[in-house]
Amino acid sequence: MLAQVFSAVDACASTTADTAACGQTYSDFLRQWLTVAIFTGVAFGMGAVMLGIAAVLRPSNKRTGAYQNQKRIGYESGVDPVGSGWTQTQVRYYIFALLFVLFDVEAVFIFPWAMRLEDYGTFGLIEMLIFIALLALGLVYAVRKKVLQWL
Amino acid sequence: MILAELLDLDPAYWTTTVIKILVMALVVPTTALILGIVFLFKMMSWMQSRVGPQEAGPKGLLQLLADGVKFMQKEDIVPDRADRFVFKMAPMVVLVSTFLLFVILPAAPDAVVADLPTGVYFALAISSVSVIGVLMAGWASANKYALMGGVRAAGQLIAYELPMVLAVVGVVIQAGTLNMNGIVAAQNSFHLFGWEVLNVPFIVTQLPMFFVFMAATQAELTQPPFDMPVAESELVSGYTVEYSGFRFLLFFLAEFATAFAFAGIAATLFLGGYALPFVDIEQYADLYWFLGPAVLFGKIMLISFLIFWVRFTYPRFREDQLQRIAWKFLIPISLVWLAVTAIAKVVW
Repeated sequence: MLAQVFSAVDACASTTADTAACGQTYSDFLRQWLTVAIFTGVAFGMGAVMLGIAAVLRPSNKRTGAYQNQKRIGYESGVDPVGSGWTQTQVRYYIFALLFVLFDVEAVFIFPWAMRLEDYGTFGLIEMLIFIALLALGLVYAVRKKVLQWL
Repeated sequence: MILAELLDLDPAYWTTTVIKILVMALVVPTTALILGIVFLFKMMSWMQSRVGPQEAGPKGLLQLLADGVKFMQKEDIVPDRADRFVFKMAPMVVLVSTFLLFVILPAAPDAVVADLPTGVYFALAISSVSVIGVLMAGWASANKYALMGGVRAAGQLIAYELPMVLAVVGVVIQAGTLNMNGIVAAQNSFHLFGWEVLNVPFIVTQLPMFFVFMAATQAELTQPPFDMPVAESELVSGYTVEYSGFRFLLFFLAEFATAFAFAGIAATLFLGGYALPFVDIEQYADLYWFLGPAVLFGKIMLISFLIFWVRFTYPRFREDQLQRIAWKFLIPISLVWLAVTAIAKVVW
């Protein structure tokens, strides 16, 4: 079942894959990602172990009282916090988020193109230059609209 | 059924995986220690005419270990108003993001944890996961400084993610692959103008991209001059302000380990990775088992030196200047050089 699913994305599907490696089945492709999954678990485990060791070594002071509660107040340079910590912040950041989405989509399209540029040749090159120019126009528009001008 | 098929791999796979886990569990914290001691303590004190640590170990070399032991004994304080679960998970997310960066870094032709076909892309993707961790830390602390720092960090990281991605595309066009080993091999067999004597790494043809990549790396690490999110004089260290004890140390570890990993990625993309020019990878495959890690480590230390040199000598950019540099300079530079590389690739 898996063999069918992954045959399309197998390394052998690419034109540059060498024939010797293609004797192997899907498992080599899957194995790499299984390793990544295992290492994600290991990373969590490593953090947990380090925090566990620290939990054994450090003092745990569960006492409450006026003095003990002081240290659990948010630190705002020695002044007691006023109002909620979840305040309003700069609204300008949302424009950067929008610009980011614009260019991140470009990046998604540009990577497969960059890999296979030699196969696409001049046609692919001109096509992508137009695409990049259009996106650059968007950036120019944002700059002209003084999105980046804060002061 | 899928799980059964996955687990039905040969024992050799599990043996190598266990070895890899042990090696990586040692390597990742060690890299943070090395960078911390060599650059943060020794080079910084030397460059800024300070004394630096002297007491712990010979010439104060064990200071960072002593600090680690000290951090372990500190009380773990969670603010009353904080979102406890998110607050506690945030350092873990950052740590996982850092740890997975090392997974695709090859130290020799076969000395790589996961030789992913989309290696660089994976690294770029996983490095942006740390943004989520930072935003979690800033939001969950329920502190105005932390929130401001978190939002600034997120805005900065996404702004500099783009120049970094575009800088990598230049290398990908030249190499024709996203695989880290493939990029090293492409540089090992790359001859400028087709001349055999000019066997050079990609930094020669991608120098503007290297500059863009290093600037973006500096911003991703939130190091001076791009340290607005953790500015100690106005935000009292931003999103880490409420963290104490070992959770703070996890952020610190992750920052330096990420610096090492990014230096490694830069070394692989632009300086030829573990390979040396004129020493063929195929021909000297056995030699590279010993030569590769040493060469890669040397290159990483060289690039780390650049990173920390800038960190110790430049003043901080203002928040809007920081955004303007990314959008007005770094992205156009990388777009132009991307087009130049693509045209050159098709014409030749």
